[in-house]
Amino acid sequence: MADDKSEKKISKISRRELLRSAGLAGAAAFLPAGVHGLAEGEGEILPDEISTATAKQASRSALPQNLTAEETEILDAMVARLIPDDEHGPGAREAGAVGYIDRELGGALSSSREAYRAGLLALDRYSEYSREARFVALTEKDQDSVLFDLQTGGATGAGAGFLGSSAAFFNMVRGHTWEATFGDPIYGGNKDFVGWDLIRYPGPRSAVSPDDQRRLEQGELEPLRRSAYD
Amino acid sequence: MPRRNSEADVVIVGMGAAGGVAALPLARAGLRVVGLEAGTWLDRRDFVPDEIRNNVRDWPFIVKKTQQERPTVRNNASQTASQVGGHPMMNAVGGTSIHYWAQSWRLNPWDFRVVSETVRRYGGSRIPAGSTVEDWPLDYDELEPFYDLVEREVGISGKAGNIRGELDRRGNPFEGPRAREYPMPPLRWTAFLEGMADSARSLGWNPFPGPAAINTEIYEGRPGCVYHGHCNKGGCHVDAKSATYVTTIPKALETGNLTVIPRAHVTTIEVDGDGRVTGANYVIGNDEYFQPAKVVLLAGYTYENVRMLLLSSSRAYPDGLSNNHGQVGRHYMSHHQGAGVSALFPFDLSSWYGLPAQGVAVDEWADDNFDHSNLPFIGGGNLWVYSDRRPIGAANMSTYGRGPNWGSAWKSFIRENADRSVSSYIQKTTLPYETNVLDLDPTAKDSLGLPVIRITASYRENELRIAAYLQDKMEQWYREAGAVEVSRGGLGNTMGVTTHAYGGTRMGDDMETNVVDRWGFSHEAGNLGVLGASVMGTSGARNPTLTAQALSWRTAQHLVDAWGEIAG
Ligand SMILES: Cc1cc2nc3c(=O)[nH]c(=O)nc-3n(C[C@H](O)[C@H](O)[C@H](O)COP(=O)(O)OP(=O)(O)OC[C@H]3O[C@@H](n4cnc5c(N)ncnc54)[C@H](O)[C@@H]3O)c2cc1C
Repeated sequence: MADDKSEKKISKISRRELLRSAGLAGAAAFLPAGVHGLAEGEGEILPDEISTATAKQASRSALPQNLTAEETEILDAMVARLIPDDEHGPGAREAGAVGYIDRELGGALSSSREAYRAGLLALDRYSEYSREARFVALTEKDQDSVLFDLQTGGATGAGAGFLGSSAAFFNMVRGHTWEATFGDPIYGGNKDFVGWDLIRYPGPRSAVSPDDQRRLEQGELEPLRRSAYD
Repeated sequence: MPRRNSEADVVIVGMGAAGGVAALPLARAGLRVVGLEAGTWLDRRDFVPDEIRNNVRDWPFIVKKTQQERPTVRNNASQTASQVGGHPMMNAVGGTSIHYWAQSWRLNPWDFRVVSETVRRYGGSRIPAGSTVEDWPLDYDELEPFYDLVEREVGISGKAGNIRGELDRRGNPFEGPRAREYPMPPLRWTAFLEGMADSARSLGWNPFPGPAAINTEIYEGRPGCVYHGHCNKGGCHVDAKSATYVTTIPKALETGNLTVIPRAHVTTIEVDGDGRVTGANYVIGNDEYFQPAKVVLLAGYTYENVRMLLLSSSRAYPDGLSNNHGQVGRHYMSHHQGAGVSALFPFDLSSWYGLPAQGVAVDEWADDNFDHSNLPFIGGGNLWVYSDRRPIGAANMSTYGRGPNWGSAWKSFIRENADRSVSSYIQKTTLPYETNVLDLDPTAKDSLGLPVIRITASYRENELRIAAYLQDKMEQWYREAGAVEVSRGGLGNTMGVTTHAYGGTRMGDDMETNVVDRWGFSHEAGNLGVLGASVMGTSGARNPTLTAQALSWRTAQHLVDAWGEIAG
C-alpha cells in the first residue's frame, strides 16, 4: 500500500539507495508472505510456487540432478553449438545453460522432462544413423549440420531417430537455452553475465533517470553486472 | 449447507480493473459493499524485474484460477474447440490492472455511433454483412464526465488534444472533446521515439504520446515512473502504476464501507422466485459460503461474466441468468492483435528501460478519421510504436531473413542488432457478428468441475482489410524513419483467448438484442449489474480498460442515484 512515508522516501533517496532497495524488493520475494506485512490483515498468502527460491536453494553441485550423465553429455554438446564460444565471446555452455536446464527440469520445466529424455536419445540415434557417429564425437561442422536437420524437421521419422517432430525438440531446447543464457543469473545461467554482455544489455536497474537514458543513448551508460535479486 | 454471511447492500464479484473502480463511488455514498475476489492481496514487494518469472513463465503466482478455466477456441461451429496456450489475466486484488501495460485510452466518439455515422456518411450498405453492430445507447459526451473522474481518481498521465473543442496538436486532435487536461504530463520519450515522431510529421501525420495509468510525478502519495523496463507483465515495485489495488480500492476501504474477501471464488449467482438476484455463492478452498446482497455486480472479466451467468440457471432463467432472450454470450469481439509490423534500424534504439505505455501514437488511420468512400471497409486502427525490451525477448528477435537464429553467425547478428528492432501495436476496429459467440464448452471443465467458456469466432473481411491497410501505413512510417528491414505478421483469422475481450453481455436499450440496459443493469433481473468490457458493443481501436472503468463508475453512480428503484 502506498503511504506518505514511502512517497518521501522515494523522492529523497539517491539512485544508489534506490538500487539497494530494489535488491531488498527482490529478496522479499523469497520470504514467506506473512512477513510482507500485508495491508488489511490478509496474512494468508502462501506462495506455493516461487521457483526462483528453488533455484537459489538448489545445490550448485556439478552432478546432474535430473538428467542422466549420458543425456547431460549430449545436451552439453548441443548448447555449445547453439550459442558457441567464439570470437564474439563465451557461449551457452560457459553461461551454464546445461545446469540451468537440468535443475529446472526438477521444477518449473518438469513437464518437459520426458521430452528431453526422448529427444536427446533420438538426437544421438539420428547422428549415428545419418553421420555414423555419436553426436558428441562429430566435428563441430557435422554437429551443426545435424542440428540444422533437427531444426528443419528433417530428422523426423522413426527410422531417422525422432518419433515426434525434431523441430519441436530443437525449438524447445533453443528456448530453454536462451532463457538460461539471457535470463537473470539467480537461476544459475548467464554466468559472469556472458549473455547480457553479448547483447550489450546494461543490466537490471530499479530506476533510470533522464540522464541515465541520455547516457544510454550516447553509449556511455556503464553496464551493471548484477542480478535483480542482489 | 453453505455458511451465510450477513447481508451486504452490494456485492461485487471480482476486484480487478472494473470492480475495483465501481467500489469507490458506492462506498463513498455510504453503501455497504462486499468485494469477493478469487485472488489474494499482492504488494510492491512481490514484484521483481525478472524476465523469466514475469514474462517467460507468465507469473507463476499464487491463485491460478484463470489458467484453470481457459476458454476453448474454434473458428466456426463445425469445428471442435480446444484449449491452447495460457491466459495472462491476473487473479489478485487489483486484477489484471496490476501487471497490464496501462495504456489508458478514451474511445473515439465514432465508436459509440458506428451505425448511424456510417449510414450518414456512406450509406447503410457499408455495414458489413452478418454484423450485429448497433449504436451504443449513450454517446461519447455522456461518458465524458466519467472518463474525467476516472482519469483523476485512478491517476492517468497524457497530453490532451481537444479541450472543449480547442485542438492542441501536441495531443490527439482526433479525440473527443474533454473537459480538461490530464492530471499528469505524459511519459517521456526516448531519442528514438522523438525520431519516430519527426518522421510521422514529415508524412503529414500528427504524432502524440499515449495516455497511461502510470504516474509521471508524485500523485496522491505515489511516486512517478522510474523506467526500470519490467512494466510489461510486471507489477510496479514503486506503486507508480495506477492499478486499482493502490488507487480506488484503498480509497474505498478508507470509507469503512468496503470489505474485500480474498480467495473467494464465486461459482453462481442466487435468484429468488421473482427472478431477482439475492447474492453470490462462493468457495474458499473446500468451504462454501453464501453472500446475500440487495444488488449484485459482476466484474470477473468478459469470459467469467458470461460463464457465471450461464452457470447460474434457475426456474426463472432456465438457460442461464438474464438469458431469457438468448443474448448472453452474443456480440463477442476481440482486438485483432496479430498482423503486427516490426522493423530493424541501423542504429541502437536504447529501449532497455522503456515500457509499452511509453510511445508515439498516430490516429490518422483510426476509426472514421479518414475518408472511407473508396475503401472496402469501415473503421481503422491506431498506430503505436513503443519502447519495451528485455534481454531474453531481445535475444529471441527475428533475424529478418538475414541468417540463422543460432550458431556463430547468429551471435554476430545479435551482438549488433539486439537493441535495433522494434515492433508496433496496431489496434483495430472489430465488429460483432451473428456467429461470433461465447457459450459453455460441452466437455472442458475447470478445477471445480464446471464447464469453461467456448469461443466460436473468426475475424471477417472488414477486420482483415483494415489489418492489411494499416500494415501499409505502418511500413510507410518505419521506412520514413530509416528502417532497413520491415517484417509483417500474417493476417490470420482466428480469434483466440484474449486480454481484450468484448461483448457477451452487451449494453443497449433493446432487450431483444442486449443483456444490460443503458446503465449496465440486466433487462431481466433488475438488481443485477455487469461491469467490464463485456458490456461494450464496439471495440474501438484502442485498449479497453479506461472505457470499462468509466462505464463501471457510471453504473455505480446510477445505482447510488436510483438505489430505491434498483435495490427494491
Ligand atoms: C499483459 C496485459 C497487458 C494489458 N495492457 C492493457 C493496456 O495497456 N491497456 C488496457 O486498457 N488494457 C490492457 N490489458 C487488458 C486489461 O488488463 C483488462 O481490460 C482489464 O484488466 C479488465 O478489467 P476487468 O476488471 O474486467 O478484469 P480483471 O482486471 O482481470 O479483474 C477481474 C477480477 O475478477 C476476479 N475474478 C474472476 N472470476 C472470479 C470469480 N468467479 N469469483 C471471484 N473473483 C473472480 C479475478 O481474480 C480478477 O481479480 C492488458 C492485459 C494484459 C494481460
